[in-house]
Amino acid sequence: MKAKKFLYSQKTAPYIFALPFILSFIIFWIYPLISAFVMSFQDIGAISVKFVGFKNYGKLLKDTVFHTAILNSFEYMLFTCLLLIPFPMLYAVLMDGNLVKAKGLWKALLYLPALTSVVISGTLFRLMFSEYRTGQMNVLMVMLGLPAIKWLKSKVTSEIALLMLCCWRWTGVNTLYFMSGLKAIDKSLYESAEIDGASGWQRFKFITIPLIKPTTIYVLTISVYAGLSMFLESFMLWAGNSSPKNIGLTIVGYLYKRGIEKDDMGYACCVGVVLLIIALIINFIQLALNGTFKKEDR
Amino acid sequence: MSEKNSPEMKKGMRVKHGIGSFFATLWFALISAVIIFPVFSGFLASFRPGRELIRRGLSINLDFKTMSLYNYKYLFTPNADSAKYWMWFKNSMVLTLVSVILTLLICYFIAYGLTMYEFPLKNFLFFLVIATMMVPFEILLLPLYKEMTQLKLMDTLAGVILPGLCGASTIFFFHQYMLSLPKELLDAGRIDGANEYYISVRIMMPIVKPAFSAMAILCAMGAWNNMLWPLMIFRSASKFTLTIGLNTLLTPYGNNYDVLIAGSMLAILPIFVVFLLFQRYIIDGMTAGAVKG
Repeated sequence: MKAKKFLYSQKTAPYIFALPFILSFIIFWIYPLISAFVMSFQDIGAISVKFVGFKNYGKLLKDTVFHTAILNSFEYMLFTCLLLIPFPMLYAVLMDGNLVKAKGLWKALLYLPALTSVVISGTLFRLMFSEYRTGQMNVLMVMLGLPAIKWLKSKVTSEIALLMLCCWRWTGVNTLYFMSGLKAIDKSLYESAEIDGASGWQRFKFITIPLIKPTTIYVLTISVYAGLSMFLESFMLWAGNSSPKNIGLTIVGYLYKRGIEKDDMGYACCVGVVLLIIALIINFIQLALNGTFKKEDR
Repeated sequence: MSEKNSPEMKKGMRVKHGIGSFFATLWFALISAVIIFPVFSGFLASFRPGRELIRRGLSINLDFKTMSLYNYKYLFTPNADSAKYWMWFKNSMVLTLVSVILTLLICYFIAYGLTMYEFPLKNFLFFLVIATMMVPFEILLLPLYKEMTQLKLMDTLAGVILPGLCGASTIFFFHQYMLSLPKELLDAGRIDGANEYYISVRIMMPIVKPAFSAMAILCAMGAWNNMLWPLMIFRSASKFTLTIGLNTLLTPYGNNYDVLIAGSMLAILPIFVVFLLFQRYIIDGMTAGAVKG
């Protein structure tokens, strides 16, 4: 009776509601996160686990394949941010006004790629960028009077293929993020600015950009994270985790290669920890530049 | 748009507006065409023999002579490949249904606790929810994999679903949604003698229904297309989901491409239907995360 009363009291209830989160946090987040750090200092064999201090980190510093992976991931992240923020923002602004007809249709079509799994989209793009003359991209090249290319065999052209895949999948999603951000802006601001004679560009620059900033920061953050931890796109585009001269290898791809394919968990966890540190640093710089730490204005 | 302008101005604006409108619409039509292109050519390819695909890549050549319903017929007649395919399909359905239902319920209750009550650990717990969003899942991949082996959850549905059950963004969304709801409703229920749990289910849940719709579609998309974690956990072919099953068909010899492309097209279908049904909730679902950076 007493136990029941305790469980049903208003003081206990919130803890019972939050209990699944607390359990999940401990079991599936903080414990594996700590193990990632611990494992990164270990040499994990089939039978024995040996503590090796900073040996893995030292090896990682000199590992040129890892350097390639970091560069690839950085490059990919940078370009996806450059492509997947300004354009979706522009599209959202266009969609927000009365300018565009048949909005619903375009919205649904833009969103369509996000519904396909990475297996399907990766396979479609691999076939499109096939090195044969009959692959669509090469047909296009020939139509433009250019020679056919082995798209996925050299750095620059494969990067183009990867970025096109990424833009294809995420432009619609990011556009929707910006559209929902625009919805929250008070329309009367635009009207009064128009009465004061502000041009379309001025209204965009002085009203839209500042007021949509929370959305921009959010999209930027998820783009940075997704860009840095990209793996499956490259995995599917090259139909496996190996690409010529590692042109498609990413940080997570290397983690997978070391941890799962070569069964060197300690070293792979070290890769993971470095990824975490990079992600946190970038996120911190980005938030600092955006003035999130200064004060809560608004 | 401009009732107060003089007739001439109105006309001038309409013309200007008309041209702008034409080009803007044309632009979206063009991007949509580009976006549709890969899916459409995949769709065309699903009517051709897989060998053709390996030899020539995707092509939009509308040559009806080479096209047939063979691949789809093959998938719908009983044979070893189609049996495998529909098993993956069923597994994906089960995984999606179970994980969407459980995720929504659990995240709702967590968010309810964190929103509707004032208690000492409230802010700390909420901070932890946000903190879990700040770490890319891939970092936990290997330790979690090891942990699943120790917990004997390898190759089980529970092993795939459990780690993602308390999704931070889902909790966050429910929290944002419930913030705007009056807490007096709870007190009214208490005066009527209802206990805390009854209130959360019978009074609050119906009010939060739109949030459930918004999150259902996003969670369903995530679960249906989830690949990395199921790829790590599932070992036996009888448990594969569509994503990892289709992936096993990607052999360099291309002998399975008949099933692969037609199967891929069918795999988009269920989630596309869900999308069309819940489309209007998607924006709401996405807004929550972006309200506050």
